[in-house]
Amino acid sequence: MEQLYQQVILDHSKTRSGEGQLPAPNGQSFQVNPTCGDECTVQVSLDGTRLSGLAWSGRGCSISQASLSLMHEMVEGEELAEAEQLGETFRELIHNRGQDLVPEKMELLEDLTAFTGVGRYSARVKCALLGWMALREALAQARLSTGGSGQAPHTQA
Amino acid sequence: MSSKPTATIASWPRPPRESEVQPVLTDLLDLASDFPILSRKVRDGKPLVYLDTGATSQKPRQVLDAEREFNELHNAAVHRGAHQIAEEATEAFEAARSAVARFVGADVGEIVWTKNATEALNLIANGFLNASLGRGGSSASRYKLGPEDEIVVTELEHHANLVPWQELAAKTGARLRWIPVTGEGRLDLQQLEVINERTRVVAFTHASNVTGAITDVATILDRAQSVGAYTVLDACQSAAHLPVDFHQLGIDFAVFSGHKMLGPTGVGALYGRRELLEALPPFLTGGSMVEVVTMEETTFMPPPQRFEAGTQMVAQTVGMRAAVDYLGAVGMGRVAAHEDHLAGILLEGLTQVPGVRLLGPTSSEQRLAVFAFDVPGVHPHDVGQVLDDQGIAVRVGHHCAQPVHRSFGVHASTRASAGVYTTTADVEAFIDGLHKVVKFFA
Repeated sequence: MEQLYQQVILDHSKTRSGEGQLPAPNGQSFQVNPTCGDECTVQVSLDGTRLSGLAWSGRGCSISQASLSLMHEMVEGEELAEAEQLGETFRELIHNRGQDLVPEKMELLEDLTAFTGVGRYSARVKCALLGWMALREALAQARLSTGGSGQAPHTQA
Repeated sequence: MSSKPTATIASWPRPPRESEVQPVLTDLLDLASDFPILSRKVRDGKPLVYLDTGATSQKPRQVLDAEREFNELHNAAVHRGAHQIAEEATEAFEAARSAVARFVGADVGEIVWTKNATEALNLIANGFLNASLGRGGSSASRYKLGPEDEIVVTELEHHANLVPWQELAAKTGARLRWIPVTGEGRLDLQQLEVINERTRVVAFTHASNVTGAITDVATILDRAQSVGAYTVLDACQSAAHLPVDFHQLGIDFAVFSGHKMLGPTGVGALYGRRELLEALPPFLTGGSMVEVVTMEETTFMPPPQRFEAGTQMVAQTVGMRAAVDYLGAVGMGRVAAHEDHLAGILLEGLTQVPGVRLLGPTSSEQRLAVFAFDVPGVHPHDVGQVLDDQGIAVRVGHHCAQPVHRSFGVHASTRASAGVYTTTADVEAFIDGLHKVVKFFA
């Protein structure tokens, strides 16, 4: 169990970095996990090609809340391309059935590697990815509303 | 298990073998060894503790054998074909109907096979809809609904006994109303005035799949009958846990599901009083439910065939028959007493786990061994995950009953539910496991 619920997940599920709302988001997305009724809203604001602001709200299990909290810590202030690359790498990790990715990808993921064990439990995959699905959609919306800076995301969860 | 079945056509369908009838030794039942899956290991070699019977029950070897025996020896389409195995299949299919009818206190012509209870509820609601659209001739006019009419459900319902009525109300203009729940998760019988002279249908559950509360059917029935409303009972949670007799209850329609009562998935049943089924227009139409078909129009068979369009799930009905034979041989009174005993242990154990809040009656009166609960600060998925790690299978989520969760101010819960095969060791393991959950997330 400790392998699934790593300390960084338990901590982030309680401290919840980035919980709140943005005054004037460029994009936002609401996602729901119909099996448990968990939901989240992710808001983003862009400054050129930079993800200048991210805030989230919602309710869910420790996995989903920690994933949102870490997402906020790792992507806010980053270049869009980097945030999206991180998101794709994280999706790859969660779909990897509990196995590590290649070392350079694990390095990129930093604390997100704590979620590696989630991939062993198919019922929890959506918990880990709910916030990242919202991020992807919010970014797509923000690109449209700000005139489409950067490249559109293309991979599927 | 691997021995080759021998053809015993003359004795098909057969009565339960002596070995299938458990001897009475103690008050508590000890049937787990009849259920092969209960001896398997999960999560790195831990014995399976199955407490998710409310979602689906496990099947005894007798049910598995009956289905296999049917498929190996008698498989054919029913009510068509004149060859020997078609006759045998039809005989088995109709004998299953008789056995299930006897088990729930109905006449054989009052049981309609459906693929599950959800379909059975949709069959009733769509029968009303089709009557409201003018189908079914003058005899179906008794089911016509319009904007002046009301449909009553309850806040306790599974979505299957709520959404079809919402749809019916939306399509006919009828008003949907509901009986609220008390803080203890029982139907609030002080608020039965929602059933009034405009009420045409009252649909309610026999026992809640969340709170475990058993409904006072007679009180609701009295009120409904006093205003001339039709009554629909969702017996999914009760049929495998309590003695159920629809004639004695006096209900108009009822539904139940094979897989929740030790039987296969893919089969459920609708009960309807004969004269009511006679007047109800069909829901699904097509082959097997017709008399004369021309290019312009069609006349329909009498019930129950009128409601059984298309090729039927024959092996599953045979499995369901084996399930009710099994339960009948044990005796539903003994089943109820056994589960009552388990409910007592669960109730006491749950109240001793720090912080745990029960979503349901805190007394063991008129309740099933179905316990949904909230662990404040710990999401049900996390509770379920740590229990699962110990080999304990429970349900997490809203259990297809969002409104009753909302009434408790939560979005989801964890639920432990017992069945005829559940042992005291199972429920004790669960209580121990829950203590570990609370410690883990403290």
